[in-house]
Amino acid sequence: MTQLWDFSGGIHPPENKHQSTSRPLRRASLPEWLVLPLQQHIGEPAEVVVEVGQRVLKGQKIADVTTGMGVPVHASTSGTIEAIEHRPVPHPSGMDDWCVVLKADGQDEWCELDPVSNYKQLERDQVLARIRDAGISGMGGAGFPTDIKLRPPRDRKVETLILNGAECEPYITADDMTMREQASEVVAGMEVMAWILRPARCVIAIEDNKPEAIAAIRAAVENTQIEVVAIPTKYPSGGEKQLIEILTGMEVPSGGIPADIGVMCQNIGTAVAVSRAVFKGQPLISRVMTITGDAVQEPGNFEALIGTPVSNLLQEAGLDTGKLDRLVQGGPMMGFTLTTDAVPVTKTSNCVIAATASELPPPPPEQPCIRCGQCAEVCPMELLPQQLFWYSKSTEFEKAEHLNLFDCIECGACSYVCPSSIPLVQYYRFAKGEIRQQQAEQLKADRARERFEARQARLEREKQEKEERRKERARAAAEAQEKKKAEAQKAAKEGDASDERSAKAALVEQALARKKAKAEQAPASSDQGESGQVEKPDIEALEKQLAQAEGKLATMEGMLEEAREQQADNVEKLERAVAKNHDRVKRAKETLEKAREQLSNEPTAG
Amino acid sequence: MALVQQSSPHAHNARPTSRVMLWVIIATLPGLLAQTLFFGWGNLINVVWCVALALAAEAAFLKLRNKPVTFFLKDNTAAVTGLLLGLSLPQFAPWWVSGIAVISAIILAKQLYGGLGANPFNPAMVGYALVLISFPVAMTTNWAEAAGLANAPGLGETLGRIFSASQTSVDGWTMATPLDEYKHKVASHTATEILKHPTFGDMVARGWEWVNLAFLAGGLLLIGLRIITWHIPVAVLGGIAIMSLAFGNNPDMHAPVQLHLLAGGTMLGAFFIATDPVSAATSHQGKLIYGAGIGILIYVIRTWGNYPDAVAFSVLLMNFAVPFIDYYTPPRTYGHHKARRGVPGRNGG
Repeated sequence: MTQLWDFSGGIHPPENKHQSTSRPLRRASLPEWLVLPLQQHIGEPAEVVVEVGQRVLKGQKIADVTTGMGVPVHASTSGTIEAIEHRPVPHPSGMDDWCVVLKADGQDEWCELDPVSNYKQLERDQVLARIRDAGISGMGGAGFPTDIKLRPPRDRKVETLILNGAECEPYITADDMTMREQASEVVAGMEVMAWILRPARCVIAIEDNKPEAIAAIRAAVENTQIEVVAIPTKYPSGGEKQLIEILTGMEVPSGGIPADIGVMCQNIGTAVAVSRAVFKGQPLISRVMTITGDAVQEPGNFEALIGTPVSNLLQEAGLDTGKLDRLVQGGPMMGFTLTTDAVPVTKTSNCVIAATASELPPPPPEQPCIRCGQCAEVCPMELLPQQLFWYSKSTEFEKAEHLNLFDCIECGACSYVCPSSIPLVQYYRFAKGEIRQQQAEQLKADRARERFEARQARLEREKQEKEERRKERARAAAEAQEKKKAEAQKAAKEGDASDERSAKAALVEQALARKKAKAEQAPASSDQGESGQVEKPDIEALEKQLAQAEGKLATMEGMLEEAREQQADNVEKLERAVAKNHDRVKRAKETLEKAREQLSNEPTAG
Repeated sequence: MALVQQSSPHAHNARPTSRVMLWVIIATLPGLLAQTLFFGWGNLINVVWCVALALAAEAAFLKLRNKPVTFFLKDNTAAVTGLLLGLSLPQFAPWWVSGIAVISAIILAKQLYGGLGANPFNPAMVGYALVLISFPVAMTTNWAEAAGLANAPGLGETLGRIFSASQTSVDGWTMATPLDEYKHKVASHTATEILKHPTFGDMVARGWEWVNLAFLAGGLLLIGLRIITWHIPVAVLGGIAIMSLAFGNNPDMHAPVQLHLLAGGTMLGAFFIATDPVSAATSHQGKLIYGAGIGILIYVIRTWGNYPDAVAFSVLLMNFAVPFIDYYTPPRTYGHHKARRGVPGRNGG
């Protein structure tokens, strides 16, 4: 007898499973149209690799993910691509998304398949590539690409591989019927995964309210190393964290993944898909889905092609539209309501409940919380739901986070038992959303601040560097002066002693001439900053300066006019700039004239 | 097709607050029956009077606050507050004493704080403590003798006594409570001498022991129905018992442990009053601390304080401590090494 642990809390809602287990698994009839969403998995949406009007065969790849995480999508039957457009998809928000619309030709003609009889002769990577190419992502809910999940990081060796057949949500019996009728494929798929991961322990866990499934799987695992464990029926035993605790007594660390403690959970449907991908070479193009609820006359399970409109399945199960009040995809505890039955079956669709108003009645009006603590008694994560509610409602998010709001798995047990019918899970979703948004905004603000600070620092640095360069140039100029002086002295010394006097006189003369030139240059060069070293009037340079100044003035005046027309607030600034440029042009003209005059007087002074 | 759009979960169970409160009311009935059988009609009249007044006060104040009156009255919480006061007040407490207790419980302690769920203090105990401090004579001299229903004054006589203006006619029907008697005699008498007083009877405390056992039975029903958890009652009773055994195991010096547990309002307090969820601590660990605090305070006040019984004061004092207890006793969440105690930013784990 395998040792089992218990998780804290939990509830026993009415199971409502018998309605859909009384009939055998049915194969849904081929629909006229199939709608294949491009994103049925976590990660990047797949990119279409076919064209509108193209004929495709059953199992042919119609979309693939080339960059990033994701898996391909395949045609579920043979037919023609009719459109690539937005269609309603099963999502809590009721949104539309990109889908490939396939018109079935009724021939259901397979493309060429490549089955493997002895996969153990392949490399593990080759088998993983097959799993990826078959478009397999987790079929339990989140839709994580299975090949990536089967490649845990090197330091996270999987010691325990769990196949989750708990199916603790009321109403849903898809896994139950799969285990009853496809037990050998379930076990074969698990053996492939076990061969890839080489865990020390392989367990198939099934809630003890499914004796037929337990018996079928027990028969199928004979001569294998796989354990079959019947676990006590208690919601949410099929929650990954809870199931791991039940089977191993270990807890997945907060914020971590099961691989952190050497455990991996896989879904029953995923195991079947892996088995078909390997042994039959078939991609994931169908799945088992429960259609139940009091609004259908023949509830049961269907093996339906991915892309089959839910409305077709509801028709086949005998939907009474008059009685229908609420369509829930998933179970009554964690499922979401559909806005339309036009959504297709996807890789993660496990159940649709067509509920009547009396079956899932609207909750009574919310009453004040009396802190009775029923919620804390049933919380499988050992949280304090009443405190989380209090802080979520009063938007004291810091305190809610402190009480581990983000460890909430939204199983709904607290709302289920709340005597004041408070929609607790909704409050937690609100708080989580607000906190995530605040964090995103905080991140944005932080980045903006960093950018601003970096810019300020850069401007400051540039200013300093400019100053440095200016000083450097001034120093270089001074050095050059010194050097020239020294050379002149050296030349004088080296020359004849009698020439010493005349050399000295020449030096003095030179210096005087320079000084004079400098004095004349001064008015023109005063706003040229560093160009004060010009010794002789240079007509060409001065003309250039004048032209530049005039050009600048013209631009400034143009800008000023424009600014005046638009009544911009920099008019004043521009006016000042124009006046300044006027002065500059005037001075440049004066200097030029003076220089010309000087030149005509002293033609040899070059 | 107009489909209902709703956030999960879509299924709910069916035990609303009103039914929880109804079970609380039902669970007090054995105690009320025992009170009536041993002490006469007083408690029953008090209960009817207090419940009626509580509902009227609640309705009036809900109306003033522009709240839906029937929606809130139907939750039965005001009725429970009135009921608990009716069960704990002296059998012959004059109508105006119980009236003041009820009205201050509903209006001061509950509605002025924001109504159901928002009161930091146990409303019934606020009312009780208020009249106990304000009218100490009326609250200590009106306890009935445990003579049995046959020997007690009849329904009409009791009604007359409770609702009459003068209170002089029926002194023969009242008697000091066992706790009061023991407290006042223990300094000068031995245990054997004290226990000769008829209020103690043949076992522990005549009548009181059965009333307390009946409330214990009702409390166990609530635990069985998962309306309350065992933590608070066990901690309260454990607190009283441990204090009593540690400090008062000599009956010549202090009241014995069986008297503490089976006299006065011990069981009513432990199972029905301290467990009021609105004003109690939240987590299991918190409830144990909260309950133990009440138990210890009950013993301390009964033994060294001025009052013979102390349920109301102890509960109110521990109500003060609840926010503090709650901050430091959160449970360890799945996947965490330890509980995150304290407030965020300080001592946060």
